[in-house]
Amino acid sequence: MSTTIKATADPLAATARSTRAELLRLRTWPAVWITLGAWLALSIMFGYLFTYLSYTTGDSNFADEGSTKAQQLAEMLPTGMPDVFLQGMPMFGGALMMVLGALVAGNGYGWGTWKTTFSLGVRRAPAVLGSIAALTTFVVATLVASLAVDLGISLLITVTEGEDVVMPSLGSVIESFGAGFLVLEMWALLGYLLGTVARGPALSVGLGLVWALVVENLLRGVGALLGWVEALTEVLPGTAAGSLVGSLVGVDGDGNGTPGVLDAVGGDRAAITVAVYVLVAIVASVLLVQRRDVS
Amino acid sequence: MNENTTVASTESLTKVYGGRVAVDKVSMTVRRGEVYGFLGPNGAGKTTTLRMMLGLIRPTSGSAHVAAARVGALIEGPGFYPYLSGRANLRTLARHRGFDDTEVERVLERVDLVERGDDRFKGYSLGMKQRLGVAAALMGDPELIVLDEPTNGLDPAGMADMRALVVDLARGGQTVLLSSHLLAEVQEICHRVGVINGGRLLRESTVAELRGGVTLRVRATPEPEALAVAMRLAGDDGVRRDADGALALALPADAAPDVARALVEAGVDVHEITAAERSLEEVFFEMTKHEDHHGPKEKVS
Repeated sequence: MSTTIKATADPLAATARSTRAELLRLRTWPAVWITLGAWLALSIMFGYLFTYLSYTTGDSNFADEGSTKAQQLAEMLPTGMPDVFLQGMPMFGGALMMVLGALVAGNGYGWGTWKTTFSLGVRRAPAVLGSIAALTTFVVATLVASLAVDLGISLLITVTEGEDVVMPSLGSVIESFGAGFLVLEMWALLGYLLGTVARGPALSVGLGLVWALVVENLLRGVGALLGWVEALTEVLPGTAAGSLVGSLVGVDGDGNGTPGVLDAVGGDRAAITVAVYVLVAIVASVLLVQRRDVS
Repeated sequence: MNENTTVASTESLTKVYGGRVAVDKVSMTVRRGEVYGFLGPNGAGKTTTLRMMLGLIRPTSGSAHVAAARVGALIEGPGFYPYLSGRANLRTLARHRGFDDTEVERVLERVDLVERGDDRFKGYSLGMKQRLGVAAALMGDPELIVLDEPTNGLDPAGMADMRALVVDLARGGQTVLLSSHLLAEVQEICHRVGVINGGRLLRESTVAELRGGVTLRVRATPEPEALAVAMRLAGDDGVRRDADGALALALPADAAPDVARALVEAGVDVHEITAAERSLEEVFFEMTKHEDHHGPKEKVS
């Protein structure tokens, strides 16, 4: 009951090699740039563009219902940047990262590239870990780009509106960056796991999005009526990610705040829950690929 | 180079999918430096056996061993990133395995893809895709190269090129395990063959052994007298009567003059004496026909 192929491999070096390989093929894949570009475009649109239009024209719109002009301006200045940076992540940021993760893991089955890689003696665990490391690199790069763009826009607004430049505290930037990383990384890796389970991106993306955008929201609605459902939703990924972000940016009491941003559980507990999902997704993906037949 | 050491082997290798036995207790041995032909019709279990050998899928029972530090393989068609060029695809694989980019250029040259190396994989013809798959298998100068139906989908010129490449690899000392459903191909380039049908390895031997050597084909009348002479010269078991009435004598080609003389001296009219070799195709059909007499295969659950 065994198939043995003699291999001499230092797993760490093998993981580093596979990371380089995956980075090479991911950075030339248009789908990756389209997904990350969509995130940047959406976060600029909902983070600054609509607020700015509302601020300059005086109309109030759905993104900033009821907020006063002073509040709107404060949001758009550099001191508000750490919050603006985070607020789109629980909803569309997470969804887009899940799409990315599912694409990175799943397409290789349909194209036969995992088969090619493994049939050439590349060890599975380092290959998957390298693939996850490359995906993580893109998540971090997205966060850095997003932070830079947000800061640039807020500085531009500061100058055009004639305000004094007051930079956000380094602590708050680091805190937002860390929370943002946890949230996006969790969704990316859950997407990776789904893509691995389904051996393709289509089904995994479809089901994953329905879950993240619809099912968890419905469950939270049911949770208001049934205690045990509420207890369940508190450990679900969307609730945890939303609460982590909510603990930093704050949640409007009237329920008209940013979609997906919650205060269902405390920030510390939410961060731990999200981190657990990250670990579980990594371990499950590696174990699954190691054990399965690839053909 | 050690001629007779084993580079890959399987022992009672079996794979069952749902109640269907895809590979049934296959025990085969590939020796260092040879071109081993894994011969069988489509669906015989060739690819499944090779997948188990390479560790892509787990055997239901039995085992496979590969005693090569580096293995190159092309299994059931080339699998590459469609949006990357051929060159970038190979570079990705080279990174996974820790090879230099110069190795990519070397194998691209080997399969004659240097000029089209920067074109996207999805724009390649079937033959070019297949060649890129072989190039990937050649990276790192592997001791064992496993090629699953490498001439599939190639035009006649491409098939000839691919066979020449395999012969060339073997000449360079590399072991090639090649699966094929084309008898002529195996007959032409392989040293040893394993014949598989319905998941079972029917026979494993050299091509020459399998074909049973040269026979003398004799057409002469009257037949009873001719048969008597033939049996006197070739022995009672050395004569076989072919369907068209000709006799096949288990004698070497240089026995032809003696046979002719003996027949003429016995007053028999000789119409034809030729040295004939059985083709692998004849052997194969004989063997698989024999296999069918075993009746339907028992299911394993």
